[in-house]
Amino acid sequence: MNGQSQWLPIADMAAKVQSGQLKARELVEKSLKTIENKREYDAIIVALEKRALERADEIDAAVQRGDTVGALAGVPFIAKDNMLVFGSDTTAASNILKGFEAPYQATAINRLESAGAICVAKANLDAFAHGASTENSDFFTTKNPHDKTRVPGGSSGGSAASVVLDLAPFALGTDTGGSIRQPASFSGCVGYKPTYGLVSRSGVVAMASSTDVVGPLTRTVDDAAVVLDVITGIDPLDSTAISRDTSSYTKLDSVVARKKIGVVKEYMGEGLAPNVKAVIESTIQKLKDAGADVQEVSLPSLPLSLAVYYILVPAEVSSNLSRYDGQRYGFSYEDAKDMDESYTKSRGQGFGREAKRRIMIGTYVLSSGYYDAYYKKAQTVRTKLINEFNETFKKVDYLLGPTAPTTAFKIGENANDPLQMYLADVMTVGASLAGIPAVNVPAGVSEGLPVGVQLMAAQRKDRELLSLAKNTQELLK
Amino acid sequence: MADLTRDDVLKLARLARLDISDEEIERYSKELTEILHYVEQLQAVDVNGLEPTNQVTGLTNVMRKDEVVDYGYAPKELLKNVPHTQDDQIKVRRMIG
Repeated sequence: MNGQSQWLPIADMAAKVQSGQLKARELVEKSLKTIENKREYDAIIVALEKRALERADEIDAAVQRGDTVGALAGVPFIAKDNMLVFGSDTTAASNILKGFEAPYQATAINRLESAGAICVAKANLDAFAHGASTENSDFFTTKNPHDKTRVPGGSSGGSAASVVLDLAPFALGTDTGGSIRQPASFSGCVGYKPTYGLVSRSGVVAMASSTDVVGPLTRTVDDAAVVLDVITGIDPLDSTAISRDTSSYTKLDSVVARKKIGVVKEYMGEGLAPNVKAVIESTIQKLKDAGADVQEVSLPSLPLSLAVYYILVPAEVSSNLSRYDGQRYGFSYEDAKDMDESYTKSRGQGFGREAKRRIMIGTYVLSSGYYDAYYKKAQTVRTKLINEFNETFKKVDYLLGPTAPTTAFKIGENANDPLQMYLADVMTVGASLAGIPAVNVPAGVSEGLPVGVQLMAAQRKDRELLSLAKNTQELLK
Repeated sequence: MADLTRDDVLKLARLARLDISDEEIERYSKELTEILHYVEQLQAVDVNGLEPTNQVTGLTNVMRKDEVVDYGYAPKELLKNVPHTQDDQIKVRRMIG
């Protein structure tokens, strides 16, 4: 599990493919073979063998001809199955989308392909990305790479497990309230949530549009930066996309001794497991020893962020999932006697338990008479929280805390208690609501299970955040 | 606020066009009540003078030219996931009368 990776750093691997020293086909075959060998972990929904090998041969042929190939030439990757990719179904791990064939690809996938990367498989997730463990997948639960009786985290649990199981050099995930960072923490890899809007969501199955982002899961921060550099930038197909930095996200500085880091008081107190706290405190000490100016900061509204999140997100989910009506795509109940029954039976049978739960909460908080008390109130508390983040970033350059309150929990432990499951997101939703970048860096191991440290920076400070993350990962080696 | 009754859950399911079973009604009235009680902690928060946030990066009214852009997709390709089609259109059940 913790052995040496079979993959070179992504930039080195691509350079070797570009120069002809490595064949894209060898890389793809190696990835497909590892996927086959590690099937017992159920990280993967489907391998895209045929299309991946075809694309590998195209890249090898291009190199042979002396054509220019991209920055990720021949590098295999795994996409969370809520992203539209050619070569197989895109299901979002939901029964209602079973059999859905993408008519176009997600912008992030197109950008990776243009750079020469090759999607080899689609990773498991909680259906529609609703969850923190992959147990809400309508198909199966992914196992934690360190302990098969435990969850890998979620919702990008298949993506995180894929990276840790070394199935591919990197995976893509999506993060709405922690769905990249928390599984990265539970499974033990780097999980990067960019600034809101930095990566286009075109072609990603929408969950909560005001916080959904796409980002990489990798072994190293350098790898995450290489991937991020390819997938960022404005996109006419996503009007919320923001412009990227003009220089590369891979040019990372040494920042530890020059910048101020604020430890988030609200994340270090009640609710934090002692074994996680010990690892975070030791990380803080290492940063201090390296010359970092570390101080405690307080964002008093942060404990409210989970309540804000679980109003706003179901509201947006209920709206986004209204498109699954059994008429245009997805599961359709065939024996309906009229249109109304076609809607209600298609949705009633097609959606899983958590999707229905969220649709109904969302419907409730948006309904006449409750809108002001729930939805508008939550949007206003969100402003209060954002103001506190802005004030804090006047005092410090970065925020630090745990990514999750515990290490990976047992499969089934929280399955029948939705509120307990929601608490797995308690330390990640704040950054989502504020739209700021945040990253999980593996910080240590407790009783055989990974613990991750979460680092955050102000909006659009992605390169600065990656710099600190890289410095931190190197200090923890 | 009050607990969600069976009738409340049925009404929500109806509004959301979800056919749910008796077992689900029982389950959801309990679970949704718990979740709503949890989020009710926001009611006590003072937000005097603050406006709701709808967009976090400050973008407003991102416009594009109102013109047809050819992405090269054939209608048949875009319609391949539709359960029932006729003449390149989506066919649904009768809605009126």
